[in-house]
Amino acid sequence: MPGVEELVNDFFAKLENCKVEGSHATARSTAELLRSVISQQRVPSNIQAEALIEAVKVVGEKLTAANPVELAVGNVVRRVLHIIREEDLLLVTSDLGGLNLSVGSDDKDAAEMDNNHVAAAAASRNLLHRPSLHTLLGNMHNSACQNSFDADKNLRSRKLKHNIIEAVNELIEEIDTCREQIAEQAVEHIHQNEVILTLGRSRTVLEFLTAAKQKKRSFRVFVAEGAPRYQGHVLAKELVQRGVQSTLVTDSAVFAMISQVNMVIVGAHAVMANGGVIAPVGLRMVALAARNYAVPFVVVAGIHKLCPLYPHNPEILLNDMRSPSELAEFGEFSNGMDYGIGSGAPLIHVINPAFDYVPPELVSLFITDIGGHGPSYMYRLIADYYSTDDLV
Amino acid sequence: MVQKKGATRVSEDAEEELARVPLQAILLADSFAQKFRPITLERPKVLLPLVNIPMIDYTLAWLESAGVEEVFVFCCAHSRQVTDYLTNSKWFSQPNFSIKTIESHNCVSAGDALRLIYEQHVIHGDFVLISGDTLSNMSLTQVLEEHKERRKKDSNAVMTMVIKKSKPSPLTHQSRLGTDELFMAIDPDTNQLLYYEDKADHLKGTISLDNLLLADKSSVSLHNDKQDCYIDICSPEVLSLFTDNFDYQHLRRHFVKGLLVDDIMGYKIFTHEIYSSYAARIDNFRSYDTISKDIIQRWTYPFVPDVQFIGNSSTKLERLGMYRAPGIEQSRSAQIGPFTVVGNGSTIGNNTKISNSVVGEGCNIGSKVSIEGCYIWHNVTIEDGCTLKHAIVCDGVIIKSGAVLEPGVVLSFKVVIGQQFVVPSYSKVSLLQQPTKQDSDEELEYADDSSAVVEIPSFNITSDKLSGELTSELSEPQRRAVSEVGSGGVGYMWSVGEGDYEEELRHSVAPIPADKLAEVIQAAIDDMEMSAQDGNLLPPSGELQADSNSIYSEDNIDDIRDDYIYFEKEVEATFLRAVHENIKEDHVILEVNSLRLSYNKTSVDCAGALFYSMMKLAIETPHSSAGDLINNATNVIGTWKKLLKYYLPSLDEEIEVILKFEEMCLESAREFSSIFVQVLHLLYDEEILQEDAILNWASEKEGAEEADKVFLKQSKGFIQWLIEAPEED
Repeated sequence: MPGVEELVNDFFAKLENCKVEGSHATARSTAELLRSVISQQRVPSNIQAEALIEAVKVVGEKLTAANPVELAVGNVVRRVLHIIREEDLLLVTSDLGGLNLSVGSDDKDAAEMDNNHVAAAAASRNLLHRPSLHTLLGNMHNSACQNSFDADKNLRSRKLKHNIIEAVNELIEEIDTCREQIAEQAVEHIHQNEVILTLGRSRTVLEFLTAAKQKKRSFRVFVAEGAPRYQGHVLAKELVQRGVQSTLVTDSAVFAMISQVNMVIVGAHAVMANGGVIAPVGLRMVALAARNYAVPFVVVAGIHKLCPLYPHNPEILLNDMRSPSELAEFGEFSNGMDYGIGSGAPLIHVINPAFDYVPPELVSLFITDIGGHGPSYMYRLIADYYSTDDLV
Repeated sequence: MVQKKGATRVSEDAEEELARVPLQAILLADSFAQKFRPITLERPKVLLPLVNIPMIDYTLAWLESAGVEEVFVFCCAHSRQVTDYLTNSKWFSQPNFSIKTIESHNCVSAGDALRLIYEQHVIHGDFVLISGDTLSNMSLTQVLEEHKERRKKDSNAVMTMVIKKSKPSPLTHQSRLGTDELFMAIDPDTNQLLYYEDKADHLKGTISLDNLLLADKSSVSLHNDKQDCYIDICSPEVLSLFTDNFDYQHLRRHFVKGLLVDDIMGYKIFTHEIYSSYAARIDNFRSYDTISKDIIQRWTYPFVPDVQFIGNSSTKLERLGMYRAPGIEQSRSAQIGPFTVVGNGSTIGNNTKISNSVVGEGCNIGSKVSIEGCYIWHNVTIEDGCTLKHAIVCDGVIIKSGAVLEPGVVLSFKVVIGQQFVVPSYSKVSLLQQPTKQDSDEELEYADDSSAVVEIPSFNITSDKLSGELTSELSEPQRRAVSEVGSGGVGYMWSVGEGDYEEELRHSVAPIPADKLAEVIQAAIDDMEMSAQDGNLLPPSGELQADSNSIYSEDNIDDIRDDYIYFEKEVEATFLRAVHENIKEDHVILEVNSLRLSYNKTSVDCAGALFYSMMKLAIETPHSSAGDLINNATNVIGTWKKLLKYYLPSLDEEIEVILKFEEMCLESAREFSSIFVQVLHLLYDEEILQEDAILNWASEKEGAEEADKVFLKQSKGFIQWLIEAPEED
């Protein structure tokens, strides 16, 4: 356990100091951390799933609190909790199947009675919460090989943990490969001689465009520079390296350019439950411009960015107010910040939010690693990937 | 030669070894100044809350995030409080970050502190020197790299100083950080610091630069728009320099200026300018105010109240720069204005207005209170109808109903202000009496600080008593105190000396009054006109110019010659005494250094004089033949090799030694002339002279007159060998 605790503290400190850049890296490290939490957690065999959920929840709460702006942490924690619940349910239902076979025999011992209770409870839970589409499909595959499942508890508990870790590994792999998965769909969306506009720099967007280029699509990209961090400059250079015809424009020129554009493709920081997007600052303006000219506004994002929360007060709750020094050099403004003069109240206030909130009605399409969806479909994806118990 | 190459390889390995040493930092948890009195009589400055978090936490959080792995916290005044705080903080349990405290009670300056740390031999490589009241969010990677790079090329580059641009108005320094205007001369090509003057107002509008500066450098840029961030990257030599020069006290006033003024040892200081990152030091109440506001405005990101960098409670940022911790009880009619921070568990009554202020944890603010630009620390009670403007109110203060704090007031811990009492501007109130002796002398300021340590116990008694039985019985001085701050109040009003009033204005939290500002501006304009009119007529002042004139003007050449002879004699006497009385080398170095300073010589002169004395000793020891003489010389040089080597940091000094020897052979000690080559070889074998030095000497002599070439001819074979030897390797 000390090993895990150390890992957790280490990651906690990194999150606090904003040392993990980007939601992709954060999501991946969170998943890895939770995997080691699960694998090292010693649990009593009868309430194993509950104990694991408890352990993950404790770590998850701590990590989420460390940096509330980084929503990917919470998403991955909830995904892992969901995995534990699903795997538990799966095992119990297959147990139930095993029991049903042995119901005819008379030698029911106490242990099996016990099991029966658990199974009954699980069955009732099963009725209350319908397992997600994925579980049901997976169940059909698995049930064949699990019919011969031994009801031995020890084995069962080991099996549960093993299954969970397998599933978390799949989650990590999913996070790793989400960009390729998204990029594979590029040709379906980008057509010959189209003009694409994007803002700032997103790895997902870069790979999406690169994939289209590799499949011999010829198209042009307008890159808005994305003040104040000017990541657009980086993206433009990277695109040029990969042979994509690029044009760099200032953010303020977006409206002027949008009439020539066929599609806007951007990355996101998080996708909210209502289909709204938390995205790098400046994107809401781009979205409005796109709406004005009826240009499709496409958001590419991995499933780990899907957040089961609603943006009640996005300006305040989900924004990261960064240092004003990104906008302006400190010295230039020292005039307005001379607190020794006048009333002592600062006359100038420099605001540097990192994110914009783009409401769902401005988004035309989401492209995730499992395909394209409209904003109104997000609730269904959330029901598939998260348990309602964890949405608090 | 082979051996020699091997030796250098070993030293290279050692250097790499050094590079792997974890990055260390020395944090001085004591400012060795009194600007924050009376508050600092009861609590060390580094533990004072800055936007509700102790200052030292900002510094430590920055060091940790910048990749420093080992921090030595030096505590002096109130060292117990600092160590207790750190022991209970999260810093001790942090992975990859270790903190050690070093306590001392008799240090009165930063110099003393560094000398003490040097004695403990804990610093192994380059380190960050910072005081516990400095805030930054800069990244250290680049400056460390630059520093290391420079060190590789020039071992004399001992320090890199971080600077930042500020507005070059004579006003800004005062009105922003309350510090004096700072002049720096920097070589724009190498970023070497050539001149540093922060007491420019004493010079009445003129500063004088050493004319040598202009002679040596192709260009020099003079800045008055830089701000010293008080973050230094130092090499381990800095500590030993403090030990060698035991009179260094102040980091800037003595150490930096000391290194810059005497170029004897050739140590250099470089600067590193930061642009977008933030760094500033809290020197006085004015900078406390400014930096607090910078934090609220998020210039110090990520070290801002709503990022939990030290595990503080989760404060939320709301519209218009308002920070609110959870658990605040606020009346609906209360108006909390922009740029305000309210701490956990505070209650705010009806119709209260708060703007541009920081309210700490657990404060109780009544109704109809007006608070503007104030810093209210923890557990303060403010009763109904009070008015506070630009004040600092420490922990546990009680302000009774209807009291008024005028701008610039400082209320120290647990003071009670009576009903309806008006505390006049710029007054400071404390439970402790003002120390009677007020001395503006800098040296005494340090001494005074140590007396503060002694005062703590007396405070504890009084405060316990006060809190216990406030009303029932009051001793004579306490009753007097009552009358000073209104009925029912407790505390002593500190008086401000007439001359200090100006300084009080500059350093207080309150903005400078408009009429005062106008005066300062007018004065600045007048000064400028003055210097424009008769700039040349103003007598040059400052030590620098005086020094440079005396050494190099033509008239004084003879004096210098005489000077040198005296100096040589003194060095010889010192050396002989060392030989006869078995004095340690370190001490001889100290003595020679002091001679060097008093005669105003360079290390070249020291090397020459020392070598002269050694050879003289060799020749005066009884000997029968030239062979004996060589043996004598070998003995003397063998024993005192280290001493001589100390004064031979570069090739120039080594060449000087050869020239000196040549001169001796020709004049005072002709006996050596026959064995010139042997002694030269001896010096080479002992690694006192490098190959390059001898070759340089030879090429220099190449063009000399025939008579001067006697020894060059003698040593021709040796030089030939030197030239060819490396090829044989």
